[in-house]
Amino acid sequence: SLAIVQRGAATFTHPQHASAISIIPTLVDKSTEEYKENAKRLGDLMSRYTELHKKLALGGPQKARDKHVQRGKMLARDRVTVLVDPGSPFLELSPLAAYEVYEEEIPAGGIITGVGTVEGVQCMIVANDATVKGGTYYPITVKKHLRAQEIAQQNRLPCIYLVDSGGANLPNQANVFPDREHFGRIFYNQARMSGMGIPQISVVMGPCTAGGAYVPAMCDESIIVENEGTIFLAGPPLVKAATGEVVSAEDLGGGRLHSSISGVTDYLAVDDAHALVLARRSIGNLNWPGQASAPKVFEEPLYDLDELGGIVGTNLRKQIPVREIIARIVDGSQLAEFKRDYGTTLVTGFARICGHQVGIIANNGILFSESSLKGAHFIELCCQRNVPLVFLQNISGFMVGAEAEKGGIAKNGAKLVTAVACADVPKFTVVVGSSAGAGNYGMCGRAYSPRFLWMWPNAKIGVMGPEQLTAVMETVGKTVDPELRDRIEHESDAAFSSARLWDDGVIAPAQTRQMLGLGLQAALGGRRDEIVTKFGVFRM
Amino acid sequence: ISTSAPQSNVDPLDSILIANRGEIALRVTRTAAQHGIRTTTLYTNPDAKSQHAHSSQWAFNLGETGAYLDQDKILHVAKSQKCKAIHPGYGFLSENAAFARRCTEEGIVFIGPPWKAIEDMGDKARSKDIMNKAGVPCVPGYHGRDQSLDTLAQQAEEIGFPVLIKAVRGGGGKGMRIARSAAEFSEMLESAKSESKNSFGNDDVLIERYITTPRHIEVQVFADKFGNCVALGERDCSIQRRHQKILEESPAPHLDPRTRNDLWEKARAAALAVKYEGAGTVEFIFDNDSGEFFFMEMNTRLQVEHPVTEMVTGLDLVHWQIMVPEGRPLPQNQEQVEAAIGTRGHAIEARIYAENPAKGFIPDSGKLLHVRLPTQTENVRVDSGFIEGDEVSSHYDPMIAKLIVRGDTREEAVRSLTLALDEYEVAGPITNIEFLKRLCKSEDFLRGAVETGYIDKHRDELFTPKRLDDEILAQGAIASFFQSSFSKSPSPLRASNALAWLSPYSDFQSRVFHFLSADEEPKLGVKPHPYSVHLRQTSPGRFSVSILESQTFRDVACSANFDISTSTLTTYFPSTRLTSRVIIPSSAIRSSATLPIHIFARGSLYRLLPAPPTWLSAALGVTENPNSLLSPMPCKILRVDVQAGDVMKKDQALLIIESMKMETVIRSPGEGLVVKRVVHGQGEVVGSGVELVEFEDVGEKLDS
Repeated sequence: SLAIVQRGAATFTHPQHASAISIIPTLVDKSTEEYKENAKRLGDLMSRYTELHKKLALGGPQKARDKHVQRGKMLARDRVTVLVDPGSPFLELSPLAAYEVYEEEIPAGGIITGVGTVEGVQCMIVANDATVKGGTYYPITVKKHLRAQEIAQQNRLPCIYLVDSGGANLPNQANVFPDREHFGRIFYNQARMSGMGIPQISVVMGPCTAGGAYVPAMCDESIIVENEGTIFLAGPPLVKAATGEVVSAEDLGGGRLHSSISGVTDYLAVDDAHALVLARRSIGNLNWPGQASAPKVFEEPLYDLDELGGIVGTNLRKQIPVREIIARIVDGSQLAEFKRDYGTTLVTGFARICGHQVGIIANNGILFSESSLKGAHFIELCCQRNVPLVFLQNISGFMVGAEAEKGGIAKNGAKLVTAVACADVPKFTVVVGSSAGAGNYGMCGRAYSPRFLWMWPNAKIGVMGPEQLTAVMETVGKTVDPELRDRIEHESDAAFSSARLWDDGVIAPAQTRQMLGLGLQAALGGRRDEIVTKFGVFRM
Repeated sequence: ISTSAPQSNVDPLDSILIANRGEIALRVTRTAAQHGIRTTTLYTNPDAKSQHAHSSQWAFNLGETGAYLDQDKILHVAKSQKCKAIHPGYGFLSENAAFARRCTEEGIVFIGPPWKAIEDMGDKARSKDIMNKAGVPCVPGYHGRDQSLDTLAQQAEEIGFPVLIKAVRGGGGKGMRIARSAAEFSEMLESAKSESKNSFGNDDVLIERYITTPRHIEVQVFADKFGNCVALGERDCSIQRRHQKILEESPAPHLDPRTRNDLWEKARAAALAVKYEGAGTVEFIFDNDSGEFFFMEMNTRLQVEHPVTEMVTGLDLVHWQIMVPEGRPLPQNQEQVEAAIGTRGHAIEARIYAENPAKGFIPDSGKLLHVRLPTQTENVRVDSGFIEGDEVSSHYDPMIAKLIVRGDTREEAVRSLTLALDEYEVAGPITNIEFLKRLCKSEDFLRGAVETGYIDKHRDELFTPKRLDDEILAQGAIASFFQSSFSKSPSPLRASNALAWLSPYSDFQSRVFHFLSADEEPKLGVKPHPYSVHLRQTSPGRFSVSILESQTFRDVACSANFDISTSTLTTYFPSTRLTSRVIIPSSAIRSSATLPIHIFARGSLYRLLPAPPTWLSAALGVTENPNSLLSPMPCKILRVDVQAGDVMKKDQALLIIESMKMETVIRSPGEGLVVKRVVHGQGEVVGSGVELVEFEDVGEKLDS
């Protein structure tokens, strides 16, 4: 035999072992009292939310719904169902809008909004619920409509407006009409989005009076339902008052008139179902890229998503082990952790959610200088690589105290805030615990324009918790009456936040992965431009 | 070789032209190929893409639809392609004595009997004379030349009613009528004559005694040039509709051996009487009551049902057909044939037709959206002329295939046939497969109590519409759901099992699917029974289903998956798994037509029509007229018997239409209906579902 002079041989690492280093281990012990107690408390809270959503999803009062259906019209949620592709997900936004905001109940703010798939195209759907105060716009209704348009614009989603609204709610006109983010902004957005090439389609299935008339009038294509939809700048009573002319609603602004004489609408439908088939056909003709980019195959997490209840509980004073959460959100429970042993109160790393690569930034304690710097560094990395960011927020704030200040916590915290503010990759925020103080900024709160922001039912949002508030007030020599304490407690609640559209909805912890997957699909699925992030000057 | 004959003068036929189409053309090609014989095939414009046109490299277009009868063109192709012989198959020119004669005179072998034998047997009156002389019994009747109404009526009277009126040149049930009394004789006679004139260009008829419980039993004979003639067993072809066979079996059930031998003897005698050569069939009418049999006619061709005989003899009749004109003797004698028959049990053939049994077996046509044949084995054979994607043309006979099954006993053969039919899937034109399955399960048929009137006598059990089961309706909804969600939506994610609000895969997923049964025939003034299925996706691939009309099928949780490449839908209900093949036509051929969803499940075909949404007719601008009578199939209007203003009796003839060379009388659906408008006139060709006659307000005048 021949003697072969060999170089050293490289040891092969099996992929199983290579990936083993990224798998997050779980320490959950379901038999502990703490786990059981947590699961029960969160379970109770979840039941309350389930009941609340079920009730609000009905829409307006029974009488109004019966009348609506008797007229041969579909309920708003049924219209959305008919519009979207069977089996495709509909990502509904803020169903708790207006909950306990006004004297009267305005379920879902009188408007259904969400991202749905129509003929394979992800679209923003905005549907008035005429069974709720005639579909009139309360301030929250306007806010919800504008938020839907904002999401559509950021994610370049074609918009479909299912119009069935009496226009601005007149008693509330001062909070609906005049300001920058009020009624007029809807049409401004329509014009701007159309200018950006984001299609605007309307289906007129009820009245569109006065300002409302501009929704179909400013759309790229408009469909109207015969004998149901009307469009006019002034309805018959106002016309009579103004000019003495007596005219029926149908003759003044009905479907036949607008489709064959005025040209305000383009397609005339027999009824709601026909109109929605026409709308689907219009979307099919957008020449809009479909879902080709959606990853087809991905791994599910290794652990049971439903364990999150027992992991988080409802007591925010207890530290939530955030890796246990991440392990139940990301594909294969795998996280390539970045700077694991530095600034350990912030967990950063690369992972995939439903096949989409993301950078995870998650609180695991108070933000110190090191954790802030680590976060800023990681955001830079993700922006360089065009990787979307997912923030898992559970933060009581940046560290305070002499030592922290000495260490430049203000400066270092500002770096994180600067990085978050300037990062133009799609950002997603889930508040899994508390959202307090400047930590809210550093962890991509609402003001930092995440594409979507969701709260867990156990989450609290506010400048500081009631306990700290009491302590601070006492330090400056004031006593805190229990009423204020309770009010602060109440105003920090997730439902309170969601009712005011500080977020896009309260979600069950176990739904987080699904919601993020859908949000990523909305952000990455359609037409998009190359994202380039330019940072401000970091004060190093 | 045991038959005696000289071995000289054998002239091999090395190249054959097949002057036919469909399964028989393919059947002949198969045998030819086995024996190294080149085949040339012919086709017409509507058949240009058919299977038989592609079965040979040498394929020639004859042009127009009717050109399979164009003798000049066919002979021209045969000569230019140097074909030694022409195989005529069945139908078309197969029993055309003039053509056979021309072939012979122009030096091309006609694979069939001598033209003289065809001529003798083609004229029914003459054939009976010959048979009487040869000692073969014939049905009492009048076969005279005098065709005057008086003579015919008088003859009928003498024979005794009921009598059978038959076209002298007829065949395949065309130009045949039964007159049950002297009163209806003239109407039936006229009808038989007009059909006969249209089909055969001759309206001479003969009249015979009509046997009330008759069976159709025929004997396959084969004769060579050397005077040898064998009977290859008999076939019972009593199960018929519209006087055409649909089930054929061999041996004939409950036939005592003496009668059987007698039949064979008489059949051989018949063939020898006309100096027969090649394959022929001697048809007898067998009186089940008396045990007598009478000669009916001799078919001088290879018949549709010849595979039944092949199955029980183990022979290849097409090969024998080729050997005879080559100048070879028959390879087996009568003893050898009988020995084989003794060991091979029982065979049965089912003809698969594109036709609608519920609508009086009227032919259907159209594209075969899906075809799945039963597994073929030594004992299960499918002779098919079409594959998935082919068009069944309304220009030709609607038979699309034959299914032949052999078993050791009749019971086993029928059972195997039932199983094979269960496996047989055809979507597109409606077929008689479901009807055949019912026949095979019909008790009297299982007992072998066959007769030609079987279908009429068992109408109730054979034609009761099938119920749409809840699970089938659920599958219809689920498959429709999947079909419209495929490939267009992002891949689903696993959802949490815990209670949750904001469930993207179930919150906006409540839908109602409306269906009608496609087997429920639309009737004037009767609203079809609607079925509504409430389907909600609870998570990807999981559903909650309720059938609104059902008391028991409520909120049934199930999971399902649909493999679109094989159209296979599997549904896991709480108590059972149901795997079905579901064929959903994607879009209709024209806006006003709805094509049914076909569900093949547990050996049955269910046809669900998606109910058109209420807005559709308004959107299309069509106004449905409840007072209109629609054409049941694509057809030509032969005659219109009414005009505006006429008041109709129930079942009074309105007009006569023709489709696939078959006449159908369209009758008044009610008493006292007033004709408002005749929409289409004589000679017009209309599609299916086209308005033919509009009545004044129909209202109560219909008994539903």
